[in-house]
Amino acid sequence: MTARVGVVTFPGSLDDGDAARAVRIAGAEPVRLWHGDPQLHGVDAVVLPGGFSYGDYLRCGAIARFAPVMETIVDAAQGGLPVLGICNGFQILCEAHLLPGALTRNQHLHFRNRDQVLRVESAGTAWTNAFQPGQEVLVPVKNGEGCYVADTATLDQLEAEGRVVARYVGGNPNGSMRDIAAITNAAGNVVGIMPHPEHAVEALTGPSLDGLGFFTSVLKHLVGAPA
Amino acid sequence: MTTHPDPVRDTPEAYSAPSQPAEPSLAQPVAPAAAPAQPAPAVWTEGVDTVPRADGTPGELQPYTELGLRDDEYDRIRQILGRRPTQSELAMYSIMWSEHCSYKSSKVHLRQFGEKAPPSDRMLAGIGENAGVVQISDELAVTFKVESHNHPSFVEPYQGAATGVGGIVRDILAMGARPIAVMDPLRFGAADHPDTARVLTGVVAGVGGYGNCLGLPNIGGELVFDPSYQGNPLLNALCLGVLPVSRLQNKAAAGPGNVVVLMGAKTGRDGIGGVSVLASATFDEGSEARRPAVQVGDPFTEKLLIEACLELYDGQLVVGIQDLGGAGLTCALTETAAAAGTGMRVWLERVPLREPSMDPHEILASESQERMLLVVEPDKLDAVLKTCEKWGVLATAIGEVTAPEPDGRPGRLAITWQDHLVVDVPPGSLVDDGPVYARPMREPADLILLQADRAETLPRPADPEALRETVLRMIASPNLADKTWVTEQYDRYVLGNTVLAQPEDGGVIRVDERTGLGVALSLDGNGRYARLDPYNGTKLALAEAYRNVAVTGAKPIAVTNCLNFGSPEDPGVMWQFAEAVRGLADGCLELGIPVTGGNVSFYNQTGAAAIHPTPVVGVLGVLDNVADRVPMGFVPRAGGDHDQLYLLGETNVELSGSEWAWVTHEHLGGIPPQVDLLREKALADLLAEAARVGHLASAHDLSDGGLAQSLVESCLRRGVGARVAVPEQFAEGSMPFVYLFSESATRALVSVPRGHDKAFAALCAERGVPFELIGATDPSGGALEVHGQFRIGLDELRTAHTETLPRLFGGAAAVEVPAPAAGVAGAVEAVPLPVAQAEPVDPAEVVSEPIASFGPVPQTGAVEPIESEQADTAAESDTGVTEPSPDER
Repeated sequence: MTARVGVVTFPGSLDDGDAARAVRIAGAEPVRLWHGDPQLHGVDAVVLPGGFSYGDYLRCGAIARFAPVMETIVDAAQGGLPVLGICNGFQILCEAHLLPGALTRNQHLHFRNRDQVLRVESAGTAWTNAFQPGQEVLVPVKNGEGCYVADTATLDQLEAEGRVVARYVGGNPNGSMRDIAAITNAAGNVVGIMPHPEHAVEALTGPSLDGLGFFTSVLKHLVGAPA
Repeated sequence: MTTHPDPVRDTPEAYSAPSQPAEPSLAQPVAPAAAPAQPAPAVWTEGVDTVPRADGTPGELQPYTELGLRDDEYDRIRQILGRRPTQSELAMYSIMWSEHCSYKSSKVHLRQFGEKAPPSDRMLAGIGENAGVVQISDELAVTFKVESHNHPSFVEPYQGAATGVGGIVRDILAMGARPIAVMDPLRFGAADHPDTARVLTGVVAGVGGYGNCLGLPNIGGELVFDPSYQGNPLLNALCLGVLPVSRLQNKAAAGPGNVVVLMGAKTGRDGIGGVSVLASATFDEGSEARRPAVQVGDPFTEKLLIEACLELYDGQLVVGIQDLGGAGLTCALTETAAAAGTGMRVWLERVPLREPSMDPHEILASESQERMLLVVEPDKLDAVLKTCEKWGVLATAIGEVTAPEPDGRPGRLAITWQDHLVVDVPPGSLVDDGPVYARPMREPADLILLQADRAETLPRPADPEALRETVLRMIASPNLADKTWVTEQYDRYVLGNTVLAQPEDGGVIRVDERTGLGVALSLDGNGRYARLDPYNGTKLALAEAYRNVAVTGAKPIAVTNCLNFGSPEDPGVMWQFAEAVRGLADGCLELGIPVTGGNVSFYNQTGAAAIHPTPVVGVLGVLDNVADRVPMGFVPRAGGDHDQLYLLGETNVELSGSEWAWVTHEHLGGIPPQVDLLREKALADLLAEAARVGHLASAHDLSDGGLAQSLVESCLRRGVGARVAVPEQFAEGSMPFVYLFSESATRALVSVPRGHDKAFAALCAERGVPFELIGATDPSGGALEVHGQFRIGLDELRTAHTETLPRLFGGAAAVEVPAPAAGVAGAVEAVPLPVAQAEPVDPAEVVSEPIASFGPVPQTGAVEPIESEQADTAAESDTGVTEPSPDER
C-alpha cells in the first residue's frame, strides 16, 4: 500500500502544490491538510511547505505555529511521525520548538534565489536515508530569512549528535552559522531544511533530480519503521 | 489637468488633501496662486454635499480646476446631470475623466489596434476587458497583460513597484484566471547616478517583495539604464494567468436584484487621487509632496484574495467581477454597471473602513489595494460569504443591481451615505462619455538633425587588440551586463512549472502538466530606436519580442503593450505616440497576431524633459510540448564532441542607436536598423520547425550588443566556449567589429548538433532564411575565440560580465555588517541609500562572522518582519484597473 504523505496548507503557503507534486513523483500519495483542521487523516508523514504563512507577519512561522493542525503535528512528531519542514516550514518547526535555533534575515538583506550545492552530512534521518553521508546535491534555495542562528552550545550539540543534516557548499547564500542548511531533532524524524528539494524533482523545471531523495527517503523509512 | 496642468502640478494637495486626517475636507484651496479665487472652505466642511443640496445651490463654486477638470469638461458634467455635481460626483468625474482613466488623448489613435487587428479565432476576450484572453487548447486559455506603475515607483520605489505587481495580478484574476507568472520591464536613469541606486534597489525589492510573497515566479523582464529616465523611471509589470475556457469571467453587473459585494481589504485613505494626481501630470519639484497619493498594499491579503476568488469561480458563484485599483470603487461601480447597461443602488456606509472618519467622496476615490467587486445572485450570497470567511477575506454586501430605465435607457448609479443621496449619475457617462481629444501633433524639430547624425560615421575599433577591449567593455556596460544581482531577488521556481526564465530570451511556463502544453513570453522595447524613429522603433520592439519567443521554439500568437511617453500636451510627444501606435498596429497586421490588451502611460516627463518614447511590447507564444523548448546556452559535450554554430539572417552596417554607439561615444543619432517583419516571420517559422524536429541544441536572439553579446551570453550560460571565424566580406579593417556589434534585426545564433547540420542547412535554404556557418562550440576550450582577432577565457568574460551590477548597487555588502546590526541595516535597505557598497564578499566567509553575537532569538526575530522583504510589502497601488487597456475603448 502506498504511503500517504500530508502536505499542510496555511494561509500564505506557496510551495504546497510543489511539495505535493514531489511526493507524488516519489511514489507516495499526497494528502492535502488544512491549517484549521486538527485531523491528520491518517497520514504516515507530513511536509510543512515553503511560502509566507500569514504573510510572515510578526515573525516567520510565529503565527502558523498556533494553527490547530500544528498542535496535532507537534504531538505526533514527538511520537515519531516523520515531519519535513521546507523553508517556511523549517521556520515553523523552529517556532514550534520541534527544532532548536531560529532563521533570521539573510545577512546580505536580500531575498536570494539560486541553485545551491548542499553536502548531506547525516543520512540517518527519516528524510535523508536515501543519500550517502558526504554526498553533494544541487537544489534551489530561495528565501529572505534563511540565516540559521543558534547559541554556540546548541550548535556544538547539533554537531556532536550528528544533527546537522546538510550544509551549504561553494558559498553560503544567507549567512547561516556553520553553513547549516538543514537540521534534525534528536530522534531523526523531524527535519528542517531551508533550500527547496521539492523544486529539484523534474529535469524540465529543476536544476537536478537530487531533491527526490528527500521524499523517497521517507518512503524507505516508513517501510522499515515499525507500524 | 490635461489642458490646465499647472494647478495640479503646483498643488497636488488640492486633491490629496482630504487623504490627510488633519485636513477634513476637499476644499482647502491650497493653491490660490494657480487656482481662481475659491469660496471659503466653510461651504464644504458643513457636511455631506447631497443631491438635493446640489439642486438647491446651483451657483456654488466648485474646485474642479484643482481636480484637473477644464471649464468645458465641468460644463459637460452639469449638462449630463442637469445640475451641478455633488462633491462626490465631482470627485468621481474628475478621476474617471482623467487622462489615466479615460485615455482621452490616446483613444483616437488606439482604435487602430481594433481596426487593423488580424483575424484570430483564439481570442476569447480582448479590447474592453481587464485583460485579453487567448485560447491555447480545447480546454485551456491564457490571459496576459502589461501595465505601468511609473510615477508611484519614482515617488515611493518600494511600494510603487510592489503595488504595480499587485494591480496587474488582480486584472488577470478578474478574468477568471489563476495568475501563474510575472515579468518586470524596468528602466532607470544613468546607472552611476546616485538617485538610481535609491530607485532601483527599492523597485527591485518591491517587485520581489510582492511577487515572491504572492507565490508567482518571475520569469523575465528588462533592465535598461538611460539618462532620459532619470526623473521618470519606468516600472512596467506583466502578469500571466491560465484558466479553463469554461471559467472565463466578465465584469458586467447583470441581473437586476443581484447583490453587489465588496471583497478584500478595508478601505482607507491611501492612494486617494493616485490616478489623477500622479499618473496624469508631469513631475516637478513638488513630487515628494505626492507621497500620500501612493497606495499601500499587502501581498498576503492578495494571496488570500486569489485563492478565494478561484474557489468562487469554480463554485460558479459569481455573475460578474471587477478588481479595484486606480479610481477604486468609482471605477469598479461605474464600469460594471455600464458594461451591463444596468443601474446600481449602493449604501456607502456599509463599506468597511480603516478610518471611520472618511467622507463619501474619499471612500469612492480611495485606491486601497486588494479589493474586488463581485456581483452575486441573492441565493448564492451565503455561499460566497462562507468561502470568503474560509480564506479569511472580508466580504460585505454594499448594494444591489437595479433595472435599466423603463424607456430602455441604461440604469442609474445611486449612492447613499447614511440615507443622504450623494451620487445619482448615469454610469456610462463616467466610463464611456469622457472627453476625447485629437491633440495637435508635430514631428519634433530636432528629429531631422538627429537622424542625420549617423553612428556609422563614428570611429570604430580596427585592430584585434581594440576589438578585444571593446568586447570586454561592452559586456560589462550596465545595459549588457549580467542581471543576476536583480533576478536573484525574484523567486523563479515557485509553482514548479518554470521551464525557462531570465536570462533566457523568453520565459517559458508549463500550463498543463499532463500534456506538456506551455507558453513563452517576452517583453522588449528600445527607447533609443523609438526616439530616432518611433514608427520603426516600435516595429523593432515588436520584432525583438516576437523573435525572443520564437528562439525558444514557441509559435507567437498574441501581443500586449505598454506605451510609455512624455506629455501628450507636447505636440512632439503626441506625434511620437501616434507613430508608435501606427507602427505597432501595422506590425501586428503584418505578423498576423492581434493586440489583446495593453496600457498607456503619459506624462513621463520632468519639466520640459520627456523620456525617450518607450513602447514596451510583449509577445506570447505557444509550445505544444515544453520539452521541445530551446535554451540559449551552448551545450556541454563529452569526448571532444561539439555543435556547429550558425548565424541566421543578414548582417548590415547598422550602428545607429546601438548600445556600442551609446557606451563608447555617448552617441544617439541616425536611423535605427531596418525591420522587415515578413522575414522576421520566416525566421520564426524556421526556428519553430527546427526546434520541433530537434535540430537545435541552442538558439539565442541577436539584439543589443549584436553578435558579440549573444556569443558571450551563450558561452557563459553553461560554461561552454566557442570558436568562430568572421566571414570574408567582413574581414577587412573595422568590418570584423561591424560583424560583431552591428544590431541588424532578424538574426539569431543557433548551435546545431553534428548529424543535424545538413538537414538544418537544407531547411534554412527551403525557408529562404539566410544562414552562415560561423564556427563551432568548444566545450573543452574554456574560451571564446574569434579567429585571427582575439581569444578571451570564459573566466575573464564572466568576471567582466557579472561584476558591474554588484559594484554599482552592492551585493553582499550586508555580510560585512556586524551581525547585531543586521536588523538596522535591514531597515535601511528597505529604502536603500545611494552609497557605494563594498565589493561582494564570498558568502562562504559569512560563517566566520561572529554571528553568535546575535541577540536572543525572540528579539532577533521580533525585529525581523519589520524589515523583512516580504513584510516591507505593506503597501501597494494598482495601475491594473486604473488603466483600462488603451485598446479597450
